[in-house]
Amino acid sequence: MSVVFYLLAAITLAGGLVAVLLKQLVHCALATTVAFAGLALLFLQLDAQFAGFAQILVYIGAVAILIVFAILLTHGSELPKGGVFSRTWFVGFVIAAGVFAVLAWAVLQSVRAVPQQSTVPAVTVHDIGDALVGRYVLPLEIVALLLTAATIGAVIVAMHEKERPR
Amino acid sequence: MATSSLTANLDQIFIILRDWLVGYLPAVLRPAAGVVLGAIAIVGVFPGLFAVVVILERKGVGRIQNRYGPNRVGPFGLLQPIADAIKALIKEDIVPDRADHVVHFLAPIVLLVTVFMGFAVLPVGRNMVLVDMDAGLLFFIAMGAATELSVFMAGWSSRNKFSMLGAMRGIAQMISYEVVLVLSTVPVVMTAGSLSLTRIIAAQNSYSGVFPHWYIFTPWGAAGFLAFSIAGMAETNRSPFDVPEGESEIVAGYHTEYSGFKFAIFFIAEYLSMISISGLAATLFLGGWSAPFSFLAFIPSWIWFFSKVILSLFVFIWVRGTLPRLRQDQLMNFAWKFVLPFTLLNLLVTALWRFMGEGWLRWVVSTAILAAAYVLMGRVGMRKEQFGPRRYRYAE
Repeated sequence: MSVVFYLLAAITLAGGLVAVLLKQLVHCALATTVAFAGLALLFLQLDAQFAGFAQILVYIGAVAILIVFAILLTHGSELPKGGVFSRTWFVGFVIAAGVFAVLAWAVLQSVRAVPQQSTVPAVTVHDIGDALVGRYVLPLEIVALLLTAATIGAVIVAMHEKERPR
Repeated sequence: MATSSLTANLDQIFIILRDWLVGYLPAVLRPAAGVVLGAIAIVGVFPGLFAVVVILERKGVGRIQNRYGPNRVGPFGLLQPIADAIKALIKEDIVPDRADHVVHFLAPIVLLVTVFMGFAVLPVGRNMVLVDMDAGLLFFIAMGAATELSVFMAGWSSRNKFSMLGAMRGIAQMISYEVVLVLSTVPVVMTAGSLSLTRIIAAQNSYSGVFPHWYIFTPWGAAGFLAFSIAGMAETNRSPFDVPEGESEIVAGYHTEYSGFKFAIFFIAEYLSMISISGLAATLFLGGWSAPFSFLAFIPSWIWFFSKVILSLFVFIWVRGTLPRLRQDQLMNFAWKFVLPFTLLNLLVTALWRFMGEGWLRWVVSTAILAAAYVLMGRVGMRKEQFGPRRYRYAE
């Protein structure tokens, strides 16, 4: 664990926290982007170039923009009057803590379950490409089909309703 | 032998210069110092090129529009960029009272940083690349995608309806054309078998006879280059794709409320992204820094790279002076119903090209498919358009 890791972790966590605490929804979306960028940098720090750049391309380039668009198009950009804390914040906190505990437990268990490798595996972009069209081609195709179905569905939802003859 | 070593040295002159400068430092600091020097070179050279392009554009568009262009500052108005820079620096920085000050301040910075980052992976000459990444192309595209956010930040934080409209138009346009941009680079990756820009150039840097193996000289490469140029023009909000800043409709779009140096940063960033997208086009389709004929290879590689970039910038200026602005719906229809299907078909053609093996048959087949698709899609798309007098409904 290096200094860089702690710095990036701090940025990511700060982005996430600020996203929850700020009042203005657009600010929250921008803070989420900071968290996304921190995650991308963490990937890069682990020498996972492809995952890091894909994170930037997909999350900052598309997901963040999508969030922002959703906020603006749903009139959510107006400031809430009664503050951002809902009355059921305690229940939410308990659920979040529970999810975090399960995930942390799983991560800690996995260290013991997977045998420790002495050398860091060098994964190039080429290897990822080979794996995607070789071993994992079926999951890839299923995901592609799912996304196509989702796209068609979105178009149908957004399509103008044809005027019915009266 | 003496001449060949001279040309080799001239080719590598900047590398030799860097190594000589770094040589004065202790060995521990050398790698870091080399990177810093490279970054300084990028930050120095490309804004210099920006100044040249601005004067070229103002003069060029002036010629196209039958007027002189700037001709007061210096000989033939050549010192105009310096005057403009001084003016931008000393102008008052006005921020609207109700603007979101933090976001308003951050937007130009985010834009300039992401635009500059793209240059890091661009090979400007033999061995002349700041970071030779395994996924260089992906990095470049990821940085291009990140600029969209700053457009939104600028438009939203200004609290101005023109800015907001410009930002919404800009993001809609950039997202649509980004799909095309990414998909039009995929054939190159398929053929070169790598996302690293240096390896993509290496794959093109060979000659049959005197002619180079650039990807633009293949049917799929020409089609890909066409799609890439269209998408690149739209990504950089250049005319005819400049609805996000259409000055006759929405003042200046997302940077309406920026003045002084912050406006200058938007201006610089627009031209820098033009330069970087031209550089990427040259790298992917025009062989990067390799010479157009094998007997011209003695001219240093960086001269070839910058010649290609300036040539493509000239085309940018030429198109700006010639074509009218597209309407928003035409823009979207063009991206989703014409360019995108064409690019998808191009992927298929590239796969065919790859697996048909050497020979003339693959030339005929891929050219035929692409040309037929181009004509057919154009005809079908045009049929629905009613060309003729158009009736507009204004606010009723």
